Amino acid sequence: MDSPKKIAVNCELNGKPAEFLVAPYQSLLETLREVLGLTGTKEGCNDGNCGACTVTLNGRIVDSCLVLGAEVEGASIDTIEGMATPDGLHPLQQSFLEEAALQCGICTPGFLVSAKALLEREPHPSEERIRLWLAGNLCRCTGYDKIIRAVEKVANQNS
Amino acid sequence: MHPFNYIAASSVDETLAVLDELGPRARILAGGTDLLVQLRGERFEIDSIVDIKQVPEARALHVGDSLIIGSAVPCYQIYENSEIANLYPGLIDAASLIGGIQIQSRASIGGNLCNASPSADGICPLIVHSAIANIKSPTTDRTIPVEDFCTGPGKNSLQNNEMLLSIKIPLPSKGFGAAYQRFIPRNEMDIAIASVGSAITVDTIDSNITHARIALGAVGPTPIFAKKSSDFLIGKQPTQHVFEEAAEIAVGEASPIGDMRGTPAQRLQLVRVLTQRTLTIALERAKTNL
Repeated sequence: MDSPKKIAVNCELNGKPAEFLVAPYQSLLETLREVLGLTGTKEGCNDGNCGACTVTLNGRIVDSCLVLGAEVEGASIDTIEGMATPDGLHPLQQSFLEEAALQCGICTPGFLVSAKALLEREPHPSEERIRLWLAGNLCRCTGYDKIIRAVEKVANQNS
Repeated sequence: MHPFNYIAASSVDETLAVLDELGPRARILAGGTDLLVQLRGERFEIDSIVDIKQVPEARALHVGDSLIIGSAVPCYQIYENSEIANLYPGLIDAASLIGGIQIQSRASIGGNLCNASPSADGICPLIVHSAIANIKSPTTDRTIPVEDFCTGPGKNSLQNNEMLLSIKIPLPSKGFGAAYQRFIPRNEMDIAIASVGSAITVDTIDSNITHARIALGAVGPTPIFAKKSSDFLIGKQPTQHVFEEAAEIAVGEASPIGDMRGTPAQRLQLVRVLTQRTLTIALERAKTNL
């Protein structure tokens, strides 16, 4: 077989139009990191277990290692790079700092993207609900309690 | 990983034409949560991947005379649909515990069926809801009960030029209830050591059981329709004692292997416990549906 031709993809990335070329077998994770230089999204397991590569695709959180770059034609994607604004950190980012909800930091972008999607959908989730929602994100440093507290703190600030 | 082409199919005919031309060198992509992992692990190699998420029939999800679930419909669309959630409780149990939220955004019940894992969470509930697989090739349409779809671990009855188009589930009758439970070492995000789906129908609050189906996961080469224990229940009073007897019969219908997840003895004990528990929940749900 001839080497597969690259595919042109148009999508919305962190609220702005984006256009790029991807190999048809490249994951969205590779596309973000290696084609677009957005290295905030992390590679952990690369098989859908750890959630370090979590991004939002059309409003739903997905593991970007389990999506092909070619699949996002016409889609809207949000990554960790779109979370802070020029005015400052997102409340979740601030809360993670204040609650020491990270150590090595590899899992943090995934947790932040997942938690943001939860609070946008459900502003006042219970602790159990937060733990269930974040079950697809693994952290080997914190033991999770600090992460849960950081998310609860922002939820308690929500009107 | 062997490089492959990506084809975004827009119709069933286009999908089938690729399968007809490339045979086993092409694979259908729905959610990709199994397929992309397998390709990356070089379990097999292909030249083209055919994405069916834009094929209207594969995206279909509607309740009419029966429930139609297109083969690429992701789990979250099933459990966020309140009409489906009310009618098909066993299916909802499974759709909301497959993987984590990220996986549920992508993974489809159709893909779960085609992947044919003995421990697939989606398949036992389909069996107890009496689901039928709608299969299409360039020349023929055929249907097959879901319990006959899987033929071995990772193997299904699809020919190289066939695709699973959708899953059809009959409307449950009055007094129907179903439930699915699995046992995993963690609370979330793990593969079942054993799992059981149960469905029963009662005519009135104190009548005998008129219909029952039990299915067992991860205790055989495929998910198992436990016909003997299902038939045993019909005509009996839905008591805990009867459920215990049915569970013993279900244990006899399981043939588990021992592996890193569990021993045969543990799996048989789980079948015993989970059969009683899912029958109990199915009965509670049946009583709210009279």
